[in-house]
Amino acid sequence: MSTLQPPVLAIDDLRVEYPLADGSVFTAVERASLVIHTGEIHALVGESGAGKTTIGNAVMGLLEKPGRIASGTIHIGGKPLDPNKGSAEGVVLGRDVGAVFQDPMTSLNPLFTVESQLTETMRAHLKLDRAAARARALQLLKDVGIPEPQRRLKAYPHQLSGGQRQRVVIASALSCDPKLVVADEPTTALDVSVQAQILRLLRDLADQRGIGILLVTHNMGVVAQIADRVTIMHRGMVVETGPTAEVLRHPRAPYAKALIGAVPRIDARLERFPVIGEEGKGRAAEARAVLRSKAERTGAIADGGPILSVENLQVEYTTRGVLPGSKGHRFRAVDGVSFSVNSGEVFGLVGESGCGKTTIANVVSGLLKPTAGRVTYRGHTIAGEGMVRCVGPLRQAIQMIFQDPYSSLNSRMRIGTILAEPILFYRLASSKAEAAADVARMIEAVGLEADAAQRFPHAFSGGQRQRLSIARALGARPKLIVCDEPTSSLDVSVQAQILNLLKDLRDATGLTLLLISHDLAVVRQMCDRVAVMRNGKLVEEASAETLFSTPQHPYTRELLSLVPTLDRIRGEAQAA
Amino acid sequence: MKTLTASPGLITRIGAPISVMVAGVVALVMVACALLASRIAPYDPTDLASFDLINAELPPAFSADGDPRFLLGTDNQGRDLLSAMLYGARVSIAIGGGAVLVAATIGVFLGLLAGYYGGKVDAVIMRVADVILSFPTILLALLVSGIARAVLPGAATAEWAPVILICAIAIHEWVQYARTVRAATMVETAKEYVRAGKVIGLPSRRIMLRHILPNVMSPVLVISTINLAAAVLTEATLSFLGVGMPPTYPSLGTLIRIGNEFVFSGIWWIALFPALALVILVVAVNLVGDWLRDRFNPKLRVKR
Repeated sequence: MSTLQPPVLAIDDLRVEYPLADGSVFTAVERASLVIHTGEIHALVGESGAGKTTIGNAVMGLLEKPGRIASGTIHIGGKPLDPNKGSAEGVVLGRDVGAVFQDPMTSLNPLFTVESQLTETMRAHLKLDRAAARARALQLLKDVGIPEPQRRLKAYPHQLSGGQRQRVVIASALSCDPKLVVADEPTTALDVSVQAQILRLLRDLADQRGIGILLVTHNMGVVAQIADRVTIMHRGMVVETGPTAEVLRHPRAPYAKALIGAVPRIDARLERFPVIGEEGKGRAAEARAVLRSKAERTGAIADGGPILSVENLQVEYTTRGVLPGSKGHRFRAVDGVSFSVNSGEVFGLVGESGCGKTTIANVVSGLLKPTAGRVTYRGHTIAGEGMVRCVGPLRQAIQMIFQDPYSSLNSRMRIGTILAEPILFYRLASSKAEAAADVARMIEAVGLEADAAQRFPHAFSGGQRQRLSIARALGARPKLIVCDEPTSSLDVSVQAQILNLLKDLRDATGLTLLLISHDLAVVRQMCDRVAVMRNGKLVEEASAETLFSTPQHPYTRELLSLVPTLDRIRGEAQAA
Repeated sequence: MKTLTASPGLITRIGAPISVMVAGVVALVMVACALLASRIAPYDPTDLASFDLINAELPPAFSADGDPRFLLGTDNQGRDLLSAMLYGARVSIAIGGGAVLVAATIGVFLGLLAGYYGGKVDAVIMRVADVILSFPTILLALLVSGIARAVLPGAATAEWAPVILICAIAIHEWVQYARTVRAATMVETAKEYVRAGKVIGLPSRRIMLRHILPNVMSPVLVISTINLAAAVLTEATLSFLGVGMPPTYPSLGTLIRIGNEFVFSGIWWIALFPALALVILVVAVNLVGDWLRDRFNPKLRVKR
């Protein structure tokens, strides 16, 4: 049928350039070509900076100044896009091209009701009157599967959950019956269960309404689950394109192979992640050996006994009213959680957002006081009832790695100063020179060059910053490191490197890790034991092997079934 | 030629419009003149021996019966007006700068405490700030200088006048710093580098001063330029009302007050020239301050 009518979207030899202030030109996209037919989902994957969002923006005419289409053509429904105007003749964004963005929190205007956001575009583009627009909005909400659509029409965005908000965004993208929808990371900000629903919705829209969808994503699992065709991009170039099953099953380009290999698998545990280019091997091993000898001297090597135990932990947040004396709401973020971590193991805490896992991390690392229950470290109570007085040396033993590498290093301080701080504070070095030597060793242990100490954080990439953040945590010579979503803001290849690094450091120095993550595949690859949380309660705790092969609790089973993985494609491969 | 080709590069790098550049140069020249008053002024207006009542109320040198010795004429006591203005500007700027420094120190410190600790500390500091803000600047300043004058013995008031003025102005201005720094501190405190410092176990004082303070300083610098202009104006107002600098050691405001008494006798220059100097200084500093504020405020920054 595609031979009879023009493709929904045809991009041919596209080149997008950004002129820079110094007169040179940065080429964001080069020689990109792709075709989307009716009812087809075409995934555009790649790591950050690959140029995939730039293509999406070029199609929608949303390229940010001074970016421009330098050469090549974009045809939407057979009509050419004018590179100067950023739109095609007779093609209107909102009417013929629908857009779904990443963050449903910000892509809806908080001051308007769902109804007015939906009807606005319809009345502008379709010239409908108020009643007709409302009827259509109601139908759209039904179509995207929002319960009680009549009532939701009058709701404001903040009254809806994240998944519902994204459905409203999709409904608004569909409001004028577009033939093409550009969805830029539509499920990245959502939990797995919500993600699964949204993906099913997108697939249904393509199948039933024949909408062509350009799906920009970094998540290979999402691609495997719903895309018909996939284009892999790397540094502005298309490295491989083809039917999803074929590309994911038999990637030909080396980069495509590496990228697909770096995706953590949920079905089997690997010793190490295959990575794209590893760095600083020899020196890192040397530096780690020194760390180990120091750890041995202080008698802190893993003995397998319990190192941390959390007993009946309870944390309540009280939200106070605006007026003094008004009664606040109480919210129990963590509700009677108990578990214990043995020294030398990697203990995983998984769950969807809002399940209380980060709250537990904050209590363990001393950032938050629990309402009830207690946390003990090697028999000393460090938080909660009966807390010991001098927590200083105990604090030193527990360090933390944070989620966002861009805010976890103080941008006004040199790396050397940041990393020396814990060393000097705990008097782990007798002089500044000795501290500097220690800092250099830490930097090498995490696989960077020692001269990094002279530079400021902005000189480093996200992955490098995360390495430095790990180096800072190592500086205090901890026994336990709490890792709160350590890789969730990193690209998949960088994630693989950081996870390898954590594994290596654990093997080299006998560290214990408490890993907090929403990503089941990461937990599968990293952890010895895993606890699953839901609504502040622990629902299941088991060894990683048991949990992933024979989950007991229905919630665990549901979570596992919802994770988009490469298995579906892999399954096809085995059947074929 | 070389400097000519180099200068446009510098200008585009700063990226300021011409008006701001001119204002900046004017402000710098005026501050430099004021600071170098003792070097460049033709006479020393604080030295009683250097002026003579015979020369009183001479018009500017360029008018019909002007005296070439006194470029801008003389005041009612025979002081050279230009010298008095240069010294007066020095006093005005010193008091304005001192007030800004005191207000910024107090405000930044209290703002850090309020933003970092929150809760009761925050409530107490910010309620005090609210109360102070509910008084007009001038009223509060009059109150403070009135109290100071009542407490200090008569002879000491003149001597302590600059300190009294600095305190009188700073007591109102610190509030703005405290509010700004508090808001910025709350944002920074939620960031992970601060949490990292807490996990290491660093004491709060160290986290606030070494980690948060450098990250909240840029708005403080911006407010300071705008507040400098405001403080100079407040000082001039107080001196004009007669509760500021004494006539023996006049600031620009004092000179305007002296001149004000003679305006209707046709002796316009004593009030006009100091007033002009004050207006030009305040407008110049304000232009620079406004530009800095827009530049440091990402919400107002225009994409280029």
